[in-house]
Amino acid sequence: MERKVYDFWVGFFLLAGFLSMAFMVLQVGSFNDSRGTKSYTILARFDNIGGLKMKAPVKSAGVLVGRVADIKFDNAKFQAVVTLAMDSHFEFPKDSNASILTSGLLGEVYVGVDPGGDDKKLAAGDTIKLTQSAVVLEKLIGQFLFSKAAEGTDKK
Amino acid sequence: MKHSLIEAVRRVGHRTIDTIWRAGAIAHFFFLVITQSAMSFRRIRLIIREIYFSGVMSLVIIMVSGLFVGMVLGLQGYETLQKYGAEEQMGVLAALSLVRELGPVVSALLFASRAGSAITAEIGLMKATEQLKAMDMMAVDPIARVVAPRFWAGVISMPILAALFSTAGIFGGYIVTVMLVGIDSGVFWGNMQAAVDIRYDVLNGVIKSAVFGVAIAAIATFEGYDAEPTAEGVSAATTRTVVTSALTILALDLVLTAIMLRQVA
Repeated sequence: MERKVYDFWVGFFLLAGFLSMAFMVLQVGSFNDSRGTKSYTILARFDNIGGLKMKAPVKSAGVLVGRVADIKFDNAKFQAVVTLAMDSHFEFPKDSNASILTSGLLGEVYVGVDPGGDDKKLAAGDTIKLTQSAVVLEKLIGQFLFSKAAEGTDKK
Repeated sequence: MKHSLIEAVRRVGHRTIDTIWRAGAIAHFFFLVITQSAMSFRRIRLIIREIYFSGVMSLVIIMVSGLFVGMVLGLQGYETLQKYGAEEQMGVLAALSLVRELGPVVSALLFASRAGSAITAEIGLMKATEQLKAMDMMAVDPIARVVAPRFWAGVISMPILAALFSTAGIFGGYIVTVMLVGIDSGVFWGNMQAAVDIRYDVLNGVIKSAVFGVAIAAIATFEGYDAEPTAEGVSAATTRTVVTSALTILALDLVLTAIMLRQVA
């Protein structure tokens, strides 16, 4: 009799444990890391990367197509060299354009890839020639104020 | 003067030898438990009985604590996140802090004080009343019959309890943010799924809780087996189990977190 009670509760306990693990796998988490999928790396040089960080997403048309694998500084050209690990399901034309963007005003910084029109595709180790640096908000505000001030003196 | 100096040196030596002896005794004990485990797995009933006492009996305290911790996380998180207009991230906050840290650590602390102390007291009392010696006389190895089933029950129960704690906590967070605050439930789950990675968050949490389970079970059984066979000795051993387990859990958590976060970055 006692044995049956133990068996029931221990079985119940184990089942509840497995259910909660299944809950965490199915409802709470997802495989959103690109490490499992095959990828190829391409390089992009930027004059300023703003707040870009390692593992930041690479998006094209708003869809995740890769991640930032490495960020280095080129001391000869004084530029940032960003290594992008692109999902090997996606290929982009050779003259594609990479720019550093921000989702929303204060959101995460990511690399946006705009496809070009070339027939040749970017292969592993290639460098994206056309890049656009991050927009630094302070500089933008500074320029805006400066031009406003200049306008004001013109009118007087 | 000279005498007290010699006495001081002697005390340092005694402490050192004692500590080393104790470390050796723990290692020897752990080795014995592992080698004697085959027998207790053949008699799976013993382990089932112990899972009932340490795992099933801890269910209520674990689930209720998890629910409360999740609800507090929801309230506190909302308070801060709404300043930045980021209330939608509530689900992420609750899930990540529970799955990565609070689930394994808090449930391990609760498990050490709820089940670890009971294991130590039980084995210690068996030693004090010479039941262990009696078993030895009957050619029943007390490590295989008494210690190993309790050890494995602790190791098996701990990850399950941690998973239940996290699940209860996430539901607590859901109750506060979706039902009280009024965040859309689709946004709650959607943001959570986008931010929580199964391998780097969920699996690492499970690994942590399994390591804590081994640590607690080893400490609790050793302290009981090593207890002085008196009423005072058993009470001191029970206290030592809770204190040592808590410190070990937190120290291990720091080490494991450092290793796991480096792996991500």
